[in-house]
Amino acid sequence: MKTLRMLAMAAAVPALAVAAQADTKIGMITTLSGGGAGLGVDVRDGFMLAIEQDGREGVEVVIEDDQRKPDVAVQIADRMIQSEKVNILTGIIWSNLAMAVVPAATAQNVFYLSPNAGPSALAGKRCHPNYFNVAWQNDNLHEAAGAYANEAGLKNSFILAPNYPAGQDALTGYKRMYGGELAGEIYTKLGQTDYAAEIAQIRASGADSVYFFLPGGMGISFLKQYAGSGVDLPVVGPAFSFDQGILQAVGDAALGVKNTSQWNKDIDNEANAEFVASFQAKYGRLPSLYASQGFDTANLILSALDKAEVSDQDSFRAALKAAEFASVRGDFKFGDNHHPIQDIYVREVIKDGDVFTNKIIATGLSDHADAYAGECKM
Amino acid sequence: MTYILVLEQILNGLQLGMMLFLMAAGLTLVFGVMGLINLAHGSLYMVGAFAAAAVAGWTGSFLLALTASLAAAAAAGALMELVVIRRLYRRDHLDQVLATFALILIFSEGTRWLFGSFPLFLDVPSYLSGPVSLPGGIQYPLYRLTIILIGLAVAAGLFLLIARTRIGIQIRAGEADREMIAALGVDISKLYTVVFALGAALAGLAGALVGAIQSVQVGMGEPVLILAFVVIVIGGIGSIKGALAGALLVGMTDTLGSVFLPQLFAVFMDPASAASAGASLASMLIYILMAAILLVRPSGLYGGSA
Repeated sequence: MKTLRMLAMAAAVPALAVAAQADTKIGMITTLSGGGAGLGVDVRDGFMLAIEQDGREGVEVVIEDDQRKPDVAVQIADRMIQSEKVNILTGIIWSNLAMAVVPAATAQNVFYLSPNAGPSALAGKRCHPNYFNVAWQNDNLHEAAGAYANEAGLKNSFILAPNYPAGQDALTGYKRMYGGELAGEIYTKLGQTDYAAEIAQIRASGADSVYFFLPGGMGISFLKQYAGSGVDLPVVGPAFSFDQGILQAVGDAALGVKNTSQWNKDIDNEANAEFVASFQAKYGRLPSLYASQGFDTANLILSALDKAEVSDQDSFRAALKAAEFASVRGDFKFGDNHHPIQDIYVREVIKDGDVFTNKIIATGLSDHADAYAGECKM
Repeated sequence: MTYILVLEQILNGLQLGMMLFLMAAGLTLVFGVMGLINLAHGSLYMVGAFAAAAVAGWTGSFLLALTASLAAAAAAGALMELVVIRRLYRRDHLDQVLATFALILIFSEGTRWLFGSFPLFLDVPSYLSGPVSLPGGIQYPLYRLTIILIGLAVAAGLFLLIARTRIGIQIRAGEADREMIAALGVDISKLYTVVFALGAALAGLAGALVGAIQSVQVGMGEPVLILAFVVIVIGGIGSIKGALAGALLVGMTDTLGSVFLPQLFAVFMDPASAASAGASLASMLIYILMAAILLVRPSGLYGGSA
């Protein structure tokens, strides 16, 4: 971990030897080992790419691995805040880790910018002036999927998600927008890898489509097994099961699947084109939505640093809220609860040469804000 | 609910059971013969899956990939035994757990270092993909049927090996009395390496077979390892017959429970909370089964007098 941190610091601050004391210290806590490491690696790489491209002096980034464990994340956060004196924290992928770290961090006058997790509690009742979510509120992509299902004329969905808070949020989000009947609703075990039993139920249910939220390896397993089962109902999902990092492992089974995302590499704007090209040049792979979120988070911080010192908390907060940076998503602004108001697109999985990737086919929801903003009093 | 759905779920339970048997057979042999708790057995499962994915990527042949998974896992197992495990036989179980847990970390991060953090691609070959129609109008994936058959073949082979061959006699003798067979002139350390490599190869095969329909990624072995431990505890430690019976019981209970418990709850609850409560209880079901069996037979179904 130490070498990783040194590397990160070396990459982030080429002029560290000259600048004895960094003015702004950013702590990144993210998942770099274990089953969910692909997501954290992408967020980190996107974030560091933006920092490096900016190249300014006086910004230092400290990176630590949370191993996807809430207790580890809390320890790292405490150390970063108390002994390393970071001004800004970021990086957490998983909602349960965010819930463990964010309220304590913001209460100690540290800014927290979320590049991924967006639990509903932090968008509503427990929102905080120092907490900004640069990705989405958890329900958003699922709401867009529900809206798309209506538009596509789907009337009898079979829906499934893992039995944990984000899974329940996902199906809640889908049902908030979806107007048809439910052929079935299943909660699976978190981390489940065999979906034969669920697929048999889908086959027997008489559904006209399947909606699933199974992030990471769970989605790979489900799709491969679904493709081999002979059930050929259309599948809809959020981008998490179809992001660039795992599509290659799913293979042909994902072709043609519609999924919802706030970002894709073909969104037509200058910042995005540059981001995709430079990410590919530096890391030798296509960026995922997680990488785009990391990249946007870093650029948001840098744009706010242009206007205010981080020590001047009120001005810095106002500069973050203004969000005057070139987001790779195009239009981007914050609502009153510091969560994004943004377009969410419908994408389709295609094969481009040898590489599986996504292309945007429609806008699912325009200027969409989350459902919890009204509960936020700040 | 139709009888086709029930039959299909029974087949699914059978398939899960067979996969668990491949994992549990090696674990129970190692525990039975050497008295060793090997937490790193799941890492061998992962090694098999990664070897298969890599070889399938280079050659495009699924059969070669399966062969590679057997070879790689057996080699990794033999190496593990020679370098680390060998020093642990005389230690107590806590030392074994610590050392093999360290092996998990070494294997996981080593695999990440070699293959990266992103899942690998390993697909079912075209001649095994798609569903087949079984008598009674059931559509069932051909590949899962193949896993059931491979599991049955391995079970038959293991029974023959243990019951009829010289090495089988030595294994059984090793379970009964380690010191005595060493005194009788059997090269016990070689026997241990062979048994360990055999168990590793079976775990690797399970990893490769399952990797084709699941995701090949770092850390894929640990959830299966827990189930495999439940299987050998239910079946009785050291018994291949027990591993087979335990694996089938756990496979059936887990599959049928997760399907039918939520439906049972829906009779007297509203659908959303029935789904959630049923799913929660279903995931506890195999542990309840284990507790119930241990109450009646404290050393497992086919356990000795230990």
